[in-house]
Amino acid sequence: MAHITLPDETLPGIVGLFNFRPETAAPLRLLAETLLRGESPIASSERELIASYVSHLNNCHFCHTSHGAAAMAHLACDLDLIDDIKEGFKTISVSTKLRTLLYIASKVQKGGKHVLEEDVAAARAEGATDQEIHDTVLIAAAFCMFNRYVDGLGTWAPEEHEGYREMGQRMAFKGYV
Amino acid sequence: MPHIPLPDHLPGITGLLEYSKHTALPIRQLTQFLLRGDSTLSPGERELIATIVSHHNACAFCTAAHTAAADLLLGDVETCEIIKHDIDAAPVSEKMKSLLKIARQVQVSGKAVTTLAIEDAKNNGATDLEIHDTVLIAALFCLYNRYVDGMATVAPENPEFYHGLGQRLVDNGYNRLPDGYDHLKK
Repeated sequence: MAHITLPDETLPGIVGLFNFRPETAAPLRLLAETLLRGESPIASSERELIASYVSHLNNCHFCHTSHGAAAMAHLACDLDLIDDIKEGFKTISVSTKLRTLLYIASKVQKGGKHVLEEDVAAARAEGATDQEIHDTVLIAAAFCMFNRYVDGLGTWAPEEHEGYREMGQRMAFKGYV
Repeated sequence: MPHIPLPDHLPGITGLLEYSKHTALPIRQLTQFLLRGDSTLSPGERELIATIVSHHNACAFCTAAHTAAADLLLGDVETCEIIKHDIDAAPVSEKMKSLLKIARQVQVSGKAVTTLAIEDAKNNGATDLEIHDTVLIAALFCLYNRYVDGMATVAPENPEFYHGLGQRLVDNGYNRLPDGYDHLKK
């Protein structure tokens, strides 16, 4: 049970919180839409992988699995591959540039100051632009917020991947607003 | 030096919000509502939450900016300094102390928030809405602090800068100024 009384306890993760507080739900939804589906040189599938990876590092099962499912929907891959995100992308095809961006995202998860000039230089050497570096840092930072919001209020999350199939499809193709 | 080129006259978060206006909009809207919208917590109390989280994330720019805003709103310069080191010693309500302790836990991780801390806040009169907003403000500043330091933005050393910025946050809040920020160019 969540730490606060939600009007509909059957709604999982952030969905229940959106329902509790529509005033903050609107900008939070717009932020997710802009970061994950808005204009960016990084493909939506790759941005969802960054979101899912950071959520895994923050130990947030709901965000990790739902954004993993959204990434799989974009990539037309089986939901079982969500586990590969936890394993550090051994099976999912990830470009060397995206690997350097995922590394920057992992540094942001630890703390902003962990991002070193050499980490950014490594991304640039693989062709990353200013905006790709910016968008990666902001997506990673935003999931350090979303994850804390979801777990800090003790929301529940479906355990199995299957429970996220429809959600992932909706997030990928209908969006967040 | 920032990891990407940002305007010299806009240090810290201010340059990032101008660099990427389309992502800045929902962040500004969320912040304006959480810190200045209708709430049973005063704007000064909410700035204390922003301050304590930024302090423990060691984000110099955000800590100084929100300390300056909180000082102006609370009318003293002691409360912020005390909460950074000893929440229980601060001249704030018992309810506020328990909310600040929840914010401290959120700063560590969402999973670090304990049922005990939540119960303590409820026993001190905190409502579900106040607990919700405290967690979300604390989480939001984990975003800001990582954005600001993850891009290696500049934090001015001159205290006068933060006094001016704090005054701007008190007077104008968090929405983008209609005419932008060219007037800040020296």
